[in-house]
Amino acid sequence: MSTPVTAGTAVERPYEIVVGLEVHVELTTESKIFCSCPTRFGAEPNSQVCPVCLGLPGTLPVLNRRALEQAVRAALALNCRIQPVAKFDRKNYHYPDLVKGYQISQYDLPVGYEGWLEVGDPANPRRIRIRRVHLEEDTGKSLHDQAPGASVVDYNRSGIPLLEIVSEPDIRSAEEARDYLMHLRQVMLYTGVSDARMEEGSLRVDCNVSVRPRGSDVFGTITEIKNLNSFRSVVRAIEYEAQRQWEVLSAGGTLRRETRHWDERREVTVALRRKEEAHDYRYFPDPDLLPVPLPADWVEEIRASLPELPGARRRRYVLDLDLSVRDADTLVGDPGLAGYFEDLLAAGAEARAAASWVLTQVLAWLNAQGAGIDAFPVPPARLARLLRLVDEGTISMTAAKDVFEEMVRTGAEPDAVVEARGLRQISDQAALLEIVDRVLAANPQPVADYRAGRQQALGFLVGQVMKETRGRANPQLVNDLLRQRLSSDG
Amino acid sequence: MTDRPLTELGVVETAEAVRRGRLRAEEVTRAHLDRIAAVDGRIRAFLHVTGEAALARAREIDEAVRRGADPGPLAGVPVAVKDNICTRGVPTTAASRMLQGFVPPYDATVIERLNAAGAIIIGKTNLDEFAMGSSTEHSAFQVTANPWDESRVPGGSSGGSAAAVAAGEAPAALGTDTGGSIRLPAAFCGVTGLKPTYGRVSRYGAIAFASSLDQIGPFARDARDTARLLAVLAGYDQRDSTSAQEPTADYEGALTGDVRGLKIGLPAEYFGEGVDSRVAQAVREAVAVLKDAGAQVVEVSLPYTSYTLPVYHLVATAEASSNLARYDGVRYGHRTSRRVTSHGDLIARSRGEGFGPEVKLRIILGTFALSAGYYDQYYGKAQQVRRLIKDDFERVLAQVDLLATPTAPTVAFPIGERADDPMAMYMADICTTGANLAGLPALSIPCGFLDGLPVGLQLIGRPFDEATLLRAADAYQRLTDHHLRRPALAAAGAAGGGA
Repeated sequence: MSTPVTAGTAVERPYEIVVGLEVHVELTTESKIFCSCPTRFGAEPNSQVCPVCLGLPGTLPVLNRRALEQAVRAALALNCRIQPVAKFDRKNYHYPDLVKGYQISQYDLPVGYEGWLEVGDPANPRRIRIRRVHLEEDTGKSLHDQAPGASVVDYNRSGIPLLEIVSEPDIRSAEEARDYLMHLRQVMLYTGVSDARMEEGSLRVDCNVSVRPRGSDVFGTITEIKNLNSFRSVVRAIEYEAQRQWEVLSAGGTLRRETRHWDERREVTVALRRKEEAHDYRYFPDPDLLPVPLPADWVEEIRASLPELPGARRRRYVLDLDLSVRDADTLVGDPGLAGYFEDLLAAGAEARAAASWVLTQVLAWLNAQGAGIDAFPVPPARLARLLRLVDEGTISMTAAKDVFEEMVRTGAEPDAVVEARGLRQISDQAALLEIVDRVLAANPQPVADYRAGRQQALGFLVGQVMKETRGRANPQLVNDLLRQRLSSDG
Repeated sequence: MTDRPLTELGVVETAEAVRRGRLRAEEVTRAHLDRIAAVDGRIRAFLHVTGEAALARAREIDEAVRRGADPGPLAGVPVAVKDNICTRGVPTTAASRMLQGFVPPYDATVIERLNAAGAIIIGKTNLDEFAMGSSTEHSAFQVTANPWDESRVPGGSSGGSAAAVAAGEAPAALGTDTGGSIRLPAAFCGVTGLKPTYGRVSRYGAIAFASSLDQIGPFARDARDTARLLAVLAGYDQRDSTSAQEPTADYEGALTGDVRGLKIGLPAEYFGEGVDSRVAQAVREAVAVLKDAGAQVVEVSLPYTSYTLPVYHLVATAEASSNLARYDGVRYGHRTSRRVTSHGDLIARSRGEGFGPEVKLRIILGTFALSAGYYDQYYGKAQQVRRLIKDDFERVLAQVDLLATPTAPTVAFPIGERADDPMAMYMADICTTGANLAGLPALSIPCGFLDGLPVGLQLIGRPFDEATLLRAADAYQRLTDHHLRRPALAAAGAAGGGA
């Protein structure tokens, strides 16, 4: 058979992509997981360290209960079951950025297990299973470009609490992987456990990729891709790697179980090390940390304190409020914006109109200002009032946009602006008919065109009426009146 | 205030005299520094002597007394500290080339507690490298001599601390005990040494050997001094997750001299094969003294005893292989001066040069015991048997208040005799590792002499019941004088032991 050289769409591909993701998320606790050092990002190298997180001889770890609580919170939000105890194990390996020669992690008893996350259309979602969620300490960071001929290490990151979230190999495309990551990130933001910034390394992704012929239910040989710096590189790397694997298999070759490095510049994956050569981590329970019980009532308290999660919110927006999936995604993806939208609803605004305003006018202003929703000057109740004026036909949409501009600029009440600028819409039939008749009389040609069947002539006539009224005419009413006159006077 | 040399005074005597202004901490400290200068060239107990810093600290204590303040229950008491316990600003090497030149930026919790109680850290003592050994011969720097016979080992791994107390270089010392490392040298050097219950004393700042077994404990010349030290050292520490919230007892107040009704168990397994019959006899005679004083003595059995040594070596080496992984030459400690080609090469060469043979042996054994495919067979199995050993002790200690056994199967052996025979060396621990595996408190006191060398009596108690151990030991010492004998070395510089 011929080998496809370029990646086709999912439909044309003769193979299926199978992906499992390992995501590391840094928890936003005030202090590190086993000592009291601060966790601020971007501090002077090696300024946020102490004997414990430097692993000096004789030091001992003491668990930060807040990190454990955050881990349980995240695991619950990912629909996981929670272990009755938190047990920590040592993962033994040598690396210059690993201060103790082992990483404190969780091996056989991850704090959360058997969870799931829904992706895709809320009306017909796909459920990606989550195998485990476990808590561990982050390592320092090796820097290879700071000093000529030498590597240096910044240990500020050493001991930052880290959550590892491992999915089952349930993901079937690069787009779905991105979708999963987007949803996962939102869960972290909504639960407040992490700022999940891929560019700062507080969310890191490793992809396990394999391919198999369409229709097969046998898993292929997996390669693990590391060094993914953005959602985009995740998508590109999966696409590339799947195609590479398929080409090897199609040419009669065999794949090796290995770790591959994503070369961001060349957009290719490069073999890093064979999995067979991988470390034997010699996990064993950390004798310095006694298992910590996680009482069921404590877990339930955390569960009860969870906010509405992004999955539920998306479902509600699409299924109950009839928003488009796209609009729902945009809103849910920005908790601040979604919060403002919720406030509009609470103030009585109609959902679709509210969503439309938030995602066009409000968002445009924020983007222009480069500001967040916190800086938006119009309180939700006031914007809801403006929407009501449009809904009731008091002002036109065009007028409403002008009022909005002024509200943003001056902080004025919408009613005051409408009155001051005389924007109240003319919905008085008699008054409008007078203008309609004047416009018809002044434009015999378009009238003739319309009667000859050219519908677009109507638009011109509506425009003329609007012009006469300086935009204050109720456009629906103008339409109705024009049609009525043009057909009756035929 | 006394006709005896200051180096003959005990902890309680010294502290009370300093507190009352009858003795100056400075003169006590100077006397011990002089003693160290006089005898340590032969004993080689110290790796580092704090000297001027100790004197300056002593003057602070004296100044406090002059102001009318109470410097604490260890006022002016010089304490020698095993060199695997971190001391801020004072080199801490674990007797390893790997940590030569390492100066911790922090104090271990026990050092903070000693300082707060008015003690004076007089120096750091020799040990088997990373506390791995039973003779102190595995130190990377020097071999410590037994003050009773300088051709013999002081026991290990806290040999420097035990020898320092026996030789009058310090009235008290700290050691660590993972498989007998306080009790064995206490027995060989004829002093009192206590390994507290696991969790009784904070491990923060003790360079880890085997985390689930390590405990810091005191050496002194009698049970009363030991009780005073324990009261200062014991207690919960939030920096050590394995330290216990269990309240401490009034250890000195428990020393009533009364052992009537106390039930002492003699486990048959500790008096049989591998134990010198004369040692066993000395221990039986010591128990008879307590019996005459009103204690009840019963024979008991600990059937899993024969498994303690193999289980101990699996658990201890496995944990050690991980605990010692941090010494990689990257951040502190020994780094190879050879040209290296990679991170891995740097780490491998630094470790290859920095660790001695016994440490390497144990790292290799422990790494093997934890490796994929062997974990269940070795480390996993060892943990299961450890549980059975613990159950054994629990069952027996439900019937008796404490157990009496030999501390070591022999008296101190000659330097060099076992240095190249790990199995022979490990046999020295057959009586002591059980208490570590079960987490129980145990102490050793001198209970006689064979050929001029001290014999150790070990008492093992219930968890957190150090008070009963100390009460029995104190009662025994009120009735006997083995603990008052000093090695000839000491006699040379002293006017003869007081009574």
